[in-house]
Formats: sequence, C-alpha cells, structure tokens
Amino acid sequence: MSKTYHLTTPLSDEDVSMLNSGDIVYLNGTIYTARDAAHKRLVDLLDAGKELPFDVKGAVIYFVGPTPPKPGDPIGSAGPTTSYRMDSYSPRLIAEGLKGMIGKGKRNKDVTDACEKHKAVYFGATGGAGALLGKQIKSAEVIAYEELGPEAVRKLEVVDFPVTVINDTHGEDLYKIGRSQYEVK
Amino acid sequence: MREIAYEEIVKNVRDIIVYSASNLPEDALQAMKDAYENEKSPVSKEVLKQLLENADIASSESRPLCQDTGLAVFFVKIGADVKVVGGLLKDAINEGTEKGYVEGYLRASTCEPFSRANLKDTVGYNLPAIIHLDIVEGDKIDIEYAAKGGGSENVSRARVFPPAAGKAGVIEYVKECISDAGPNPCPPLTVGVGIGGTFEKAVISSKHALFRNIGSVNEDPEMAEMEAEIKEVLNKLGIGTMGMGGTETVLAVHIESNPCHIASLPVSVNVQCHSSRHTHITI
Repeated sequence: MSKTYHLTTPLSDEDVSMLNSGDIVYLNGTIYTARDAAHKRLVDLLDAGKELPFDVKGAVIYFVGPTPPKPGDPIGSAGPTTSYRMDSYSPRLIAEGLKGMIGKGKRNKDVTDACEKHKAVYFGATGGAGALLGKQIKSAEVIAYEELGPEAVRKLEVVDFPVTVINDTHGEDLYKIGRSQYEVK
Repeated sequence: MREIAYEEIVKNVRDIIVYSASNLPEDALQAMKDAYENEKSPVSKEVLKQLLENADIASSESRPLCQDTGLAVFFVKIGADVKVVGGLLKDAINEGTEKGYVEGYLRASTCEPFSRANLKDTVGYNLPAIIHLDIVEGDKIDIEYAAKGGGSENVSRARVFPPAAGKAGVIEYVKECISDAGPNPCPPLTVGVGIGGTFEKAVISSKHALFRNIGSVNEDPEMAEMEAEIKEVLNKLGIGTMGMGGTETVLAVHIESNPCHIASLPVSVNVQCHSSRHTHITI
C-alpha cells in the first residue's frame, strides 16, 4: 500500500530507507538542477579531485531544463526530462552522497544497484506537467555553468513538490510493478 | 497571383507557436479526458488528473504546458498562385519561429550535435525550424505546425523490411518500439506509422501522421482497420500513463501509407507524447 510523506532536504539514510516504490513524497527545501551537460562537468570535477559547486551529501538533483521565467516569476515551466541520459553519471554522484534524483523514465542497473548499495532513491515527477510543477518552485538561482542556458545548474527552493518513488533502496521498481499488473500477454 | 506579405506570415507563425505552447488543441484535450474516463489503474488515473490540471493551469495562466517546448516542425503547402512579397517563405517561417520562442518565453532547445553548444548567438533562438514544403494548386498558404519534444523523438525508429514481413511484421515492429520505450516518451502516446515509399518517405510520413487530429478516421478503410488493431495491441502492453502501469498507453495510432519499391517494405515509427501540441492554419 502506497504511503504519503513530506520530507525536507537534505535527506538522510533513514529518510530514504523508509521509502518504498509507489510512495508519494512532497519535497521541501533546496534541490539542484542538472541535465546531461552539467552532469558531465560535475563528474569531470570529481575525477580531477575538485570541489563540486554544491554539497552533494544528502542532496536531491532534479533533471530539468526549465523554460525562461516570465517577468516577476522565479522560473518558467519545469517538468522532468528523461533520466536514462544521466545513467552514466548518477552512480558516481550517489557514491559521493547524493540521496535523491527526480526525473522520468527508466534507469539502468548501475543506477539502481548504486541506490541499493549507498541508500538513494529515484523519484518520478509527472512528465509534461511543467506548468503545474513550476508553480511549486519558489526561487531559482543559477549557481554554475550559466553558459549552458537551460542546462545550467540551478539552486531551487521548492514547497510540497510532488514526486513518486520509482526505484527505492530495496531494489524495487514501480515501472515494472505497475506494468506487470496491466500487461495482457 | 495573390500577394501575401512576408510580415503576415511571420506574425501568423509567431502567434501559433505562442498559443500552442500553452493550449492543448481540442482533439488532444478530449483524448486525454477520454483516457482519464477509461483508465483502470488508480495510479495512472491520478497522473492523468494531474495532467488535465496542468493543461488548465497552462491555458489560464499562459504558461508552457511542458518545459520541452520542442523543435518547431512545419508542413507547409504553398499555392502555385501565391507570391510572397518582401522576402522568402522559409525566412518568414524561421523569423516567426524565433519571435514566437523569444516573445513567448519558450525554451531554446537547439544545439550543435557534438559540442552541444546552443546556437542562439550564431543563427538564432530555437532555429532552424524543420520545414517540409510542398507546392499545390490555389492561392493560399496552408501551415501545419507541431512542437516536437525530445523524449518522444528519442524512442522513434525506422527500418526497411523485406516485403515478406507483411502486416504482421509491421505490427510487431511498432509493438517492440512502444514496449521498449516504456515510460520514457511520456505516454499516453500518439503513434505515427509511416509505411512504404523510400526510406526517407516513410520517416516523413510517420512524422506527418502525428499532425492528424486524434479521433479522426483514416480515409483508407484498410489502414483504419490496421490502426485500430495496432492500438489494441499497444494498449495490452500495460504501460499506462507515464509508465505507472495501466490500460491507456496510446491515445491514437495514425498510419500514412505509400506505394513502395517491389524489393522493399520501409516502416517508420514516430512517437508523440501526451502533450500533442499541433495546429493548422490557412493564410
């Protein structure tokens, strides 16, 4: 049975370990945005032994490239992008202490294994609900790679940002569970 | 000869781009409402509810439905009796596209293939538009437009089969494509299937099939029947809204079929997400 939680970042091992695939979580606090290009740069920094532009311990990264804000708004529409493109980078960040990722679509085994080993979760936000999700973001500030435009790293403050647990720390996958219930062979 | 001013085309293109980004067309909205009514999975139903709410917010507050405001794709038919005055048709479409994306606060999603650099400083904002041009009889310009997002484009595929593959081979190919894609292209989907022609003709046909209104019936009865058959096969996959599991995985299957070479059976599958932002105007 799916449960509902309200969690505030940074997330602890205890926070993420209690979550199960299918649970609904309302996130509050600071989260960071990064897509393909930013992920590559973050991992390059780690490889070079340099510091990341934000503290990854307990952090949540949102895979999003928002539309530009209209005057007076903190951000434009901001729904998730497809996550598999970050699969080659996420395990490295999870090993460094990343506790949550928000995106849409399937992750590979390297990512889900890392989620189990280092205690992290993959959340799904509703793809295509950019207008609705953008309204839960109260402030946005570019903190790195401004030249990447929509792909720059942004620090966001979110209030009751709605996500669903897709991959939990116990090896479960909501996409597999959900589909198996409705597939007609 | 009817003269149409360059600026008039720019303005029309700009306006449909801005409007389409926040307003789902009636056919797509109705299809989403029907999916909500028919969906058996409570989880998918809840997500569909969120998407209908998103459509409401987007329309009433003029916010983009999705942050992926796409690449701008056009199918344009220009009447042989039209003379565009003040510039070239393609330039007018590109200028209207840039104006729409800038003035509508839409995302520039174009970049160089390898450097991934955004081109807006060199060639413009979200340019070039993808334009398919045709010349027809008459004195009008007919413009079909769609904003095409990346997630659904990324799962699309094409292949030239030997003729022996037949209808069964085509259906299996479409099924494999949608099954492998799972949650990634943002279902419930519109699936465009291009059959026949040459390799590129099949691909362009599959793209154009996505511009047809959801709920419309294929003029070719054989293809109409095949569309219904494929839709049934795809909805049995159980993928549901955003891959959460469910009975409504596709809103529609649209086929465009062409005569082809005696040696070949080209097939292309082009996928559109639930946010089927398409429109049609005549100038």
